[in-house]
Amino acid sequence: MAKVLVVTSGKGGVGKTTSTAALGAALAQAGEKVVVVDFDVGLRNLDLVLGAERRVVFDLINVVQGVAKLSQALIRDKRLENLSLLPASQTRDKDALTNEGVGQVIAELREKFDWVICDSPAGIERGATLAMRFADAAVIVTNPEVSSVRDSDRIIGMLDSKTVRAENGERVDKHLLITRFDPARAARGEMLSIEDVLEILSTPLLGIIPESEEVLRASNVGSPVTLNNAASAPARAYIDAARRLRGESLAMNVPSDRKGLFDKLFGRRAA
Amino acid sequence: MNLFNFLRRGGSAPVARERLQILLAHERSARDEPDLLGIIREEILAVIAKHVNLDPDKVQVKLDRGNTFATLEVDIEVPNRFGAALAKTA
Repeated sequence: MAKVLVVTSGKGGVGKTTSTAALGAALAQAGEKVVVVDFDVGLRNLDLVLGAERRVVFDLINVVQGVAKLSQALIRDKRLENLSLLPASQTRDKDALTNEGVGQVIAELREKFDWVICDSPAGIERGATLAMRFADAAVIVTNPEVSSVRDSDRIIGMLDSKTVRAENGERVDKHLLITRFDPARAARGEMLSIEDVLEILSTPLLGIIPESEEVLRASNVGSPVTLNNAASAPARAYIDAARRLRGESLAMNVPSDRKGLFDKLFGRRAA
Repeated sequence: MNLFNFLRRGGSAPVARERLQILLAHERSARDEPDLLGIIREEILAVIAKHVNLDPDKVQVKLDRGNTFATLEVDIEVPNRFGAALAKTA
């Protein structure tokens, strides 16, 4: 049974696209057939984070409007044959996306893939509501910071009311992914702790992604962080999160890249 | 950095947590309440529409909150014909 997953947050810049790419790649590396769909019409970026920006020919709107077939618009990843991308349109006619049109494309993707991961735009407007509309499950990306937590709460309310599942009296499975977490600052009381965020949002935790240079390094070169450096702390955290999405139950921890004394003295620019 | 800031250092997360808890409790209750003004507007519109074809945008319901009581103001713009017919029966 294919699963439709929306990666959403309300607030921008918290790591939705990074998380979509990393979770998509991790699931594909585990043998699942995955498509990541960019819903950020006008501001697409998933193609860039995945290093596929020069291979985009057709996009989601072309498929919805019948200009292109789905198979023409899908871009298969060059490193992971199980991973495909359906890019967003860079032109601004986001009104071209209708509930029915998107519903048809999602239904077609369900036939071809095990996971359909929808990368939501920021905000609570049309693009965001369309991205979540057909979801079976949601990953809510949250930074341990007041504005992000507030916006996540708003988005959780929308997942419970504006999705097809909610309208049919069913539930969307919600998972909280805390990104840019700094355990040392949280321990010093300078940053909301994991327990604080969980208590406020009362949503089950999918994973904790530590703040790390590796995330920028991976996006610089157009590679999901789980592929670019699978041993790095954020990659391990994303791989664990992907395993939890597949139903495994793993102990929750915050992977760290803590360096030894030698690395601290000599190895700072090792990568 | 003054002494006050120094003493507060490391303690800002509990402030964030408390502010969020208060704010979200408020926002959640507002979110769950039905849109009463909207419902009243729809029902008034339905009653008038039984008798006359009405542009839905011509029914305005406003709430003014005073110190001791609030005023509900209902403003319905009807076509002239219907206004004349009403005036006869008044």
